[in-house]
Amino acid sequence: MGTTATMVRPAGVATNSAPGRFGAYGGRYVPETLMAALLELDAAYAEAQADPAFHAELDGLLKDYCGRPTPLYFAKRLTETLGGAKIYLKREDLLHTGAHKINNALGQVMLARRMGKKRIIAETGAGQHGVATATVCALFGLECVVYMGEEDMRRQELNVFRMRLLGAEVRGVGSGSATLKDAINEAMRDWVTNVRTTFYILGSALGSHPYPTMVRDFQRVISKEMKRQIVEHEGRMPDAVIACVGGGSNAIGAFYEFIPEQNVALIGVEAGGRGMALGEHAARFAPNGGGVPGVLQGTYSYVLQDAAGQIAATHSVSAGLDYASVGPEHAMLHDSGRATYTSATDDEALEGVKVLSRTEGIIPALESAHAIAEVMKLAPKMGKDKIVIVNVSGRGDKDIGILTREMDLSGDGARKVSGL
Amino acid sequence: MAIHFHKKPGLVIYFTAGDPDLATTREMALAAIDNGADVIELGVPFSDPLADGPVIQRASERAVAKGTRLIDVLGICKEIRAARAEAGIILFSYLNPVLQMGLEKFAKAAKDAGADGVLLTDMIVEEAGEYLKVMHATGLVPVFLAAPTSPDERLKAIAENSLGFVYAISRVGITGTQTELASDAKGLVERLRKFTTLPIALGFGVSTPEHVRAVGEFADAAVVGSAIVGLIEKTAAAEAPKAVGEFVRRLSGGTENA
Repeated sequence: MGTTATMVRPAGVATNSAPGRFGAYGGRYVPETLMAALLELDAAYAEAQADPAFHAELDGLLKDYCGRPTPLYFAKRLTETLGGAKIYLKREDLLHTGAHKINNALGQVMLARRMGKKRIIAETGAGQHGVATATVCALFGLECVVYMGEEDMRRQELNVFRMRLLGAEVRGVGSGSATLKDAINEAMRDWVTNVRTTFYILGSALGSHPYPTMVRDFQRVISKEMKRQIVEHEGRMPDAVIACVGGGSNAIGAFYEFIPEQNVALIGVEAGGRGMALGEHAARFAPNGGGVPGVLQGTYSYVLQDAAGQIAATHSVSAGLDYASVGPEHAMLHDSGRATYTSATDDEALEGVKVLSRTEGIIPALESAHAIAEVMKLAPKMGKDKIVIVNVSGRGDKDIGILTREMDLSGDGARKVSGL
Repeated sequence: MAIHFHKKPGLVIYFTAGDPDLATTREMALAAIDNGADVIELGVPFSDPLADGPVIQRASERAVAKGTRLIDVLGICKEIRAARAEAGIILFSYLNPVLQMGLEKFAKAAKDAGADGVLLTDMIVEEAGEYLKVMHATGLVPVFLAAPTSPDERLKAIAENSLGFVYAISRVGITGTQTELASDAKGLVERLRKFTTLPIALGFGVSTPEHVRAVGEFADAAVVGSAIVGLIEKTAAAEAPKAVGEFVRRLSGGTENA
């Protein structure tokens, strides 16, 4: 096995045909104690997938409880302001609890009920997955414990309060960088300890098989709707779909149904943070950013790390993108070239929040603002006959605390009739 | 040099390498061997030790902060081997540092450093095809974990793919000390015996001479980790080898010559 092969699929990483593989990526790298639970989950998920009653209940709740389908909205003023491609916004921010996260939390909690698990745990970064999990646990009357990095609790304190109001216990995690990665470590420690009674609702398309597949399946409703809606609006497929990528659940949900449509460009936007030095960003795919394939938290994917294999610290203004690894299916789409991955800095994302707020009256989550930042770069370079869909994965209410600290709007005048 | 348990039960002592520093880890390992440890597990510190409890997490964090890398751990492995030809040495790591070094390069270096075998916390038998090939080709013993939650068919695969010994986890959960041995433990060892004649070492929560004695009633060896690492945390570096030696001697009091 040569050096090049070693980079793509090093010895020790199993073959493509193994369960939960996306090309060389994915797999199951967990302590043995969890294996029985993962196999049980895999079987229960396969059984649920084949059960029309499961889908009927899920679809019913997605519609009546969560508010699906979400609109695909033509952003006329944003389009005019940028002066290029027509921009449509997929409004996951309008979903119940304010982000796409509930698509997956609802699916997984229904699986937990089928499996007879009464205790739910989850990790959360920005708090949106924690809120979604707390919400569906309230809906079904289940015990709910959410692990959250102490740094994230500080910067997303509104979501901490929401989770507690919904009856969840929020446990702060102070180890490491006290962000999403550390919250996942602690949730996995809880799971390995309480594995017989507990269901772990993982919030992104990460972790050990079957999570990346299962989370993607629960999120692919986003691109299913997009595909139907853009045909209704425009009578054709879009030229590009843009989504932010933390763990990558909203992005894989927005991309998945378009993967066979070779003329649709798929663009994932990672957190460029404060710059490309290791520790200052969360752009796992950025050339020379320090991201190389490795194993973190159960899956083989791109991981920001040092030469000795220690996981690097990350930084992003948005807690939901502040993670050292990325879902394994994105790693495959990256290597195959089917999707491209770029990044937006903290400052570009903050500008994205401001621009979308002022052109469309939509305050996006800081995570989603990374996708807005990308369309601000891309749309002006595209012809006016081109069509771009941006997935607005969540709304920005949770970020008002950060925005208050990061933006100075005094003297940054009110709107004049024609301007921003 | 080989995995051989000289007592009943044998004694496996775990260190997080590089905590408090590499030279002290080496001295502590020698003290442990001289006071009755049959096998030393040299833990490679990792930034994200998700199978470990607070004691080993803190030790890993300290060792990583000091810049301890896999290559440094191989360095002290070689020194320990040079000083003590007979003891068993197992390298205990999460997968990622090994992948970054490259599995074959790691295996060659481990063999060259005198290690007997390898245990990767997050390597399960289903994913282990190439890992096993490299271990076999290099002449290192792969040790797998067996858990109380593992059904019989998994225990069979774990037993069949392990060499040297099988590491049975006494209870569900992460590493750490506890006051009583878990009731899960004996049942797991009995189930494993159906599939293997290899020695079975029991770890997780084994922390006192009484535990070691109790383990000896049904398993072949006891693994003591967090109790050692916790003792090191509370002891000045200069005193640590002596303190570890004394503690291991007391743990050995729970054993008999085989």
